Amino acid sequence: MDMSLAIFYVFAVVLVFAAFRVITAKNPVHAVLYLVLSFFNSAVLWMLMKAEFLAVSLIVIYVGAVMVLFLFVVMMLDINFEKLRQSFWKFLPVAGTVAAIMLAEMVLILTHRYAKIDNVVEPSFDTASAEVLGKLIYTEYFLPFQLSAVLLLVGMVAAIALTLRKRKNTKYINPGDQIRIKREDRVRMVKMKSEPKFVADDASAGEDKPAA
Amino acid sequence: MTWTSLNPWVATPEIFLLCAVCAILLIDLFISDAKRGITYVLTLLTLGVTAALVVAGHEPQARLGFSNSFLADALSDYAKLGMILGVALVLVYGRSYAKARGLYRGEFFTLALFSLLGMMVMASAVNFLTLYVGLELMSLSIYAMVALNRDSFASTEAAMKYFVLGALASGMLLYGMSMLYGATGTLDVFAIAKAIQQGSANNLLVVFGLVFVVTGLGFKFGAVPFHMWVPDVYQGAPTPMTQLISTAPKIAVFVFTLRVLAQALEGFAPDWRGMLMILAVLSIGLGNITAIAQTNIKRMFGYSTISHMGFVLLGILVATPNGYAASFFYVMSYLLMGAAGFGVLMLLSREGFEADQIADLKGLNQRSPWFALMMLFTMFSMAGIPVFLGFFAKLSVLKEIVNMQMVWLAVVAVAFSLIGAFYYLRVVKVMYFDNPESSEPLIAGFDAKVVLSINCLLLLVLGLMPNTLMTVLIDAVQRSIIPGVH
Repeated sequence: MDMSLAIFYVFAVVLVFAAFRVITAKNPVHAVLYLVLSFFNSAVLWMLMKAEFLAVSLIVIYVGAVMVLFLFVVMMLDINFEKLRQSFWKFLPVAGTVAAIMLAEMVLILTHRYAKIDNVVEPSFDTASAEVLGKLIYTEYFLPFQLSAVLLLVGMVAAIALTLRKRKNTKYINPGDQIRIKREDRVRMVKMKSEPKFVADDASAGEDKPAA
Repeated sequence: MTWTSLNPWVATPEIFLLCAVCAILLIDLFISDAKRGITYVLTLLTLGVTAALVVAGHEPQARLGFSNSFLADALSDYAKLGMILGVALVLVYGRSYAKARGLYRGEFFTLALFSLLGMMVMASAVNFLTLYVGLELMSLSIYAMVALNRDSFASTEAAMKYFVLGALASGMLLYGMSMLYGATGTLDVFAIAKAIQQGSANNLLVVFGLVFVVTGLGFKFGAVPFHMWVPDVYQGAPTPMTQLISTAPKIAVFVFTLRVLAQALEGFAPDWRGMLMILAVLSIGLGNITAIAQTNIKRMFGYSTISHMGFVLLGILVATPNGYAASFFYVMSYLLMGAAGFGVLMLLSREGFEADQIADLKGLNQRSPWFALMMLFTMFSMAGIPVFLGFFAKLSVLKEIVNMQMVWLAVVAVAFSLIGAFYYLRVVKVMYFDNPESSEPLIAGFDAKVVLSINCLLLLVLGLMPNTLMTVLIDAVQRSIIPGVH
């Protein structure tokens, strides 16, 4: 058993543990931190596969940016996680059984003696993987790369369409309108006769009593 | 890489569509709500030009581009025309519905066009990566469209369910694809087929990946047992979005399935045929039986779609070009039937009133004899009653099934279709023999009424001469999918 295999197992075990804790942790902030841990471990696994550019970008983008934002959201939103978790234990027996069967089947297939998963393709380049990746993205994978850009545009359009709304009770004031305002727009002078002082009249009370 | 291997001209319709969407996105910002009609006309114009470009670019032989990741062949060209028609019908029928509900915004049009772009990429992609990105582009746009009606609790819930289950399905599909990559060392559809043919693939790993790919496709088709999202999303989504979900994307997923199963994994046909058989029988059975119990017509259409997709899977599992062509014919005719059904529902809806119960169709014959007749055509066609298009769609699939000596399968399909005829005929009964509960006139644009009438009449006309469409589609599939040649 060589060194890289030992590293793989250590980090893989931590990865599985962290992923398990993401869904079982009681405190949502802990869950997010465990997710960060699992991202970090998968970055190390990528590093073992000599995909250092992907590993670094996973840490920079996911751990550094996305998860921090996520942590903010989790802390800002007032969600009753205890209530959400109630159904977790309710569905665990069925879901756990299905997951266990699937896991057993997958292990059975992959450890089958005909599986022969040992002919792993070694990366066939000596230069940095970022350079190779860059060349491939702009040549062979030009189309999916461009389409991913369109996908991000759709994400942007959708996010704006779903969140931008004109509030009905907004207090926004247009400064232009405010300056152009005239006295007539604000004050209305009404001429009316002065009303006589109200005198309680017992005789007419039965006939024309006010509706109120 | 050279200019020849890039060959961007194979994707001229897609490139035009992308540029046009971006332009509409910008133009719409400067249009006031009152002049939204400009966006509507521009969108329909874009669809028209895209269709014209597909027709103009059509060539008898297949053309590859973008370093062999994009293929324009007869199959993809016809599928694209179908999808463009499907999206155009959504916009025409949904216009007054969207106007009455505050959905008549620029995003309604641009997201529909973006989803069309995703579908067109799915129809032409022959690289797993491109296929997947196309699928996500389509799905993401549709999730957002379902959620567009933010103030409705039902729509938001439907969008959430659709998004979570759709993401799960995409994950399954991606996991399966990664296994196929591990087994063959390539993402190219034809290279995978070649590796399998030459025996250089790890067969066990291919089967392992295949299971996940079929699961993911089952989700996207809405086939039992991966159908849980269908009824809720159909009921909760605004009706134009329901129409969009149930028509054009099914064609895209159908072509996607052919690329993955019939072209890349042709060598594993015995394995995936068994899986599809289970999905198809369960879909036709459960779809038809559960639809009987529905009182909400959108939900009923949801279960009816499940059963129709079962028929599409039946044609695919025959695993011959004729079987694929029968399924292609089915998917195309379902596009017309589904669009007509939802079109009538939107015609009956008005501001503050949602026609989504079967009871809302009561006495339609007295309110509008013409559209009652049109709905009758649609229902008869969906039920598969002779001389309507739906009958020939079912017949062509069943013929291929019987040709493959799977008579029992055909008997099961026919038996469940007979059970299913009950709920389609109940709609007809409600329209003609019950008294109307409302006497409101049907308000819809002149364009929607004319197009809807043509749509429904096509179900009859194409049913009277199904051979024209059938020959064209068989020819397209036979030119595109040639067994054993990669």
